[in-house]
Amino acid sequence: MKERFIQVSADADQRQEERFKIWLAGENIPFANADAKAAYQERVTLIRDAIQLKKTPRRIAVCPSAGFFPIQYAGISMYDAMYDYEALKKAFEKYQLDLELDAYNTPTVVPGKALDILDYKLYQWPGHGVAKEREYQFVEDEYMKAEEYQELIDDPTAFFLNRFFPRIFGSLKAFETIPLLPGINEILLVNPFTRPFGTEPMKKALTALTQAGEETLRFLAAVGEVGGKVMGRGFPSFSGGFTKAPFDVIGDSLRGTKGIMLDMFRYPDELKEACERLTPIMVKYGVNSCRAVGHIMPFIPLHKGADGFLSDEQFQTFYWPTLRKVIIGLVNEGFVPQLFAEGGYNQRLDVISDVPKGKVVWWFDRTDMKKAKEKLGHVACIAGNFPVDLLITGKPDEIRAYGKQLIESAGKDGGYIFTTGAGMQGAKPANVKAMVQAAKEYGVYQK
Amino acid sequence: MEDLIKALIEMQEAEAIRIAKELLAKGTDPMKILEACSKAMEGVGSRFEKGEYFLPHLMMAGEMLRQISNMIKPLIKEEKSSKGKSKYLIGTVKGDIHDIGKNIVTFLLDANGLEVKDIGIDQAPEKFVEGIREFQPQIVGMSGLLTLAFDSMKETVQAIKDAGLRDKVRIMIGGGQCSEQVKEYAGADAYAPDAIAGVRLAKQWLGGK
Repeated sequence: MKERFIQVSADADQRQEERFKIWLAGENIPFANADAKAAYQERVTLIRDAIQLKKTPRRIAVCPSAGFFPIQYAGISMYDAMYDYEALKKAFEKYQLDLELDAYNTPTVVPGKALDILDYKLYQWPGHGVAKEREYQFVEDEYMKAEEYQELIDDPTAFFLNRFFPRIFGSLKAFETIPLLPGINEILLVNPFTRPFGTEPMKKALTALTQAGEETLRFLAAVGEVGGKVMGRGFPSFSGGFTKAPFDVIGDSLRGTKGIMLDMFRYPDELKEACERLTPIMVKYGVNSCRAVGHIMPFIPLHKGADGFLSDEQFQTFYWPTLRKVIIGLVNEGFVPQLFAEGGYNQRLDVISDVPKGKVVWWFDRTDMKKAKEKLGHVACIAGNFPVDLLITGKPDEIRAYGKQLIESAGKDGGYIFTTGAGMQGAKPANVKAMVQAAKEYGVYQK
Repeated sequence: MEDLIKALIEMQEAEAIRIAKELLAKGTDPMKILEACSKAMEGVGSRFEKGEYFLPHLMMAGEMLRQISNMIKPLIKEEKSSKGKSKYLIGTVKGDIHDIGKNIVTFLLDANGLEVKDIGIDQAPEKFVEGIREFQPQIVGMSGLLTLAFDSMKETVQAIKDAGLRDKVRIMIGGGQCSEQVKEYAGADAYAPDAIAGVRLAKQWLGGK
């Protein structure tokens, strides 16, 4: 088979420039006035300059990760945020316009009603397994058995349709009976194709899916409305699109933490092969989801590669090769992977510096930012890592001091975006304001 | 016996289980096998300290140990009395239903010979108090991934204080965005940045008693 996603393609630079141009132009954004458009373009430029490492931006872009903070800030519950789209809209609009951040965060929630209809098992959400004022939470399990690696490798899409979805969506149990699609290639094979769709359980499943889809459209219309409004006032969106490291797809949602840790010893070849099989799919998913929203930066949360979770050897054997391929695949399409390294990445800095220059954002949570700047600063924009625990338990003067020190160690000569190490849920509003103010004050390169 | 120790240390699961089975079939004293296992765990621990082994290796070592203990348990007539054993009560605090970190810590504590009582997820302060009264642990571990857990941790420590049990237990916290700062906020005794640090700290505390 042809090796793909190893080399940066010759036109990657040009493609990135084109995508930045589209993002910068903001053609479909309903700008309030010429000033708003200029402010939007100024902010996109700050972020672009930080990413490309070609010149020092005028100042550091301040783009904290909202998380569920806007919901608390507006005084509504997590239940409201997932069930009352008007309330959600108001909350995110108020948050962004009050704080005037350099980038807007699309709400990281999904419509609760769609989850109810689908009988989703992978998470619990407010009013469904957790209290109405609590956020949605992950339910880890072995949703894929170790014996099923081969099935996943043979046909990831079929595995998701026939095995994984029926397990995590109670209402889609009938998907077990959907036939293997490449088998449907002759007139006589139309029967086995259509037959399952005539059954009562499948009719129910499809009805549920249609209803969930309609609910999602209502939700997205609301979220799109606030997005348009906020962007129209001059604030670009920080990320758009989504994908994951193949190892995390398996470790987070299919095998679970203990499962994947033991699999590295018991089924190393199957695990590696499964990661490889998922790689082109994760590239394409990132590309498609970015294109759908006209953005350049797919958000890629990284979970199981953190310090302590894997040895260096395991990281380089199981985690990094396919993550790097996902990165290269996206870079070759002109996108800028926004790699959110949750936990600590202090042991990984050398390995992860093997990325093309000026093409990615490494966003850190608990990594030493001074070391990150030293090891990665020459190839990649770094972002992070204002600690959320400080925003929750600290005082404004501590916040200012930390912000200053963070900018001094990570922000030298550009190549840095100011943000938090995690979503800001639970933060004190006065602290968030102090952080934003400090970052805007200390983060100026050219007066 | 040396082969068993080597296989365990080298993470050769199939080999280790095969040797243990053979030893048992030959009529080897089960206690001797358990001794070999604990020697091997020391070897694994020292590789961990040296930075050669990480969490997955400890999980695999624990998993091998679990299988061998299961083979041996029925052969040991007198269960060792749990009296005087080191006891650790663990739970995820109120409002948080995450259990990944908690389960890893529980598994590793167990593999290290502690008696662990896992009271589960989303546990209210009074459940921790109740658990402490019944189980009488020396150590209490509070887990939480969410930032909302900080307040639950604080409330739980307060409830333990109010119940007059604070000086009976040492309390550690861990998970998600926890930190030294959060430890101070919650009034706990220590913060463990990861599962292994938690286990190491527990052993230190118990050894010091």
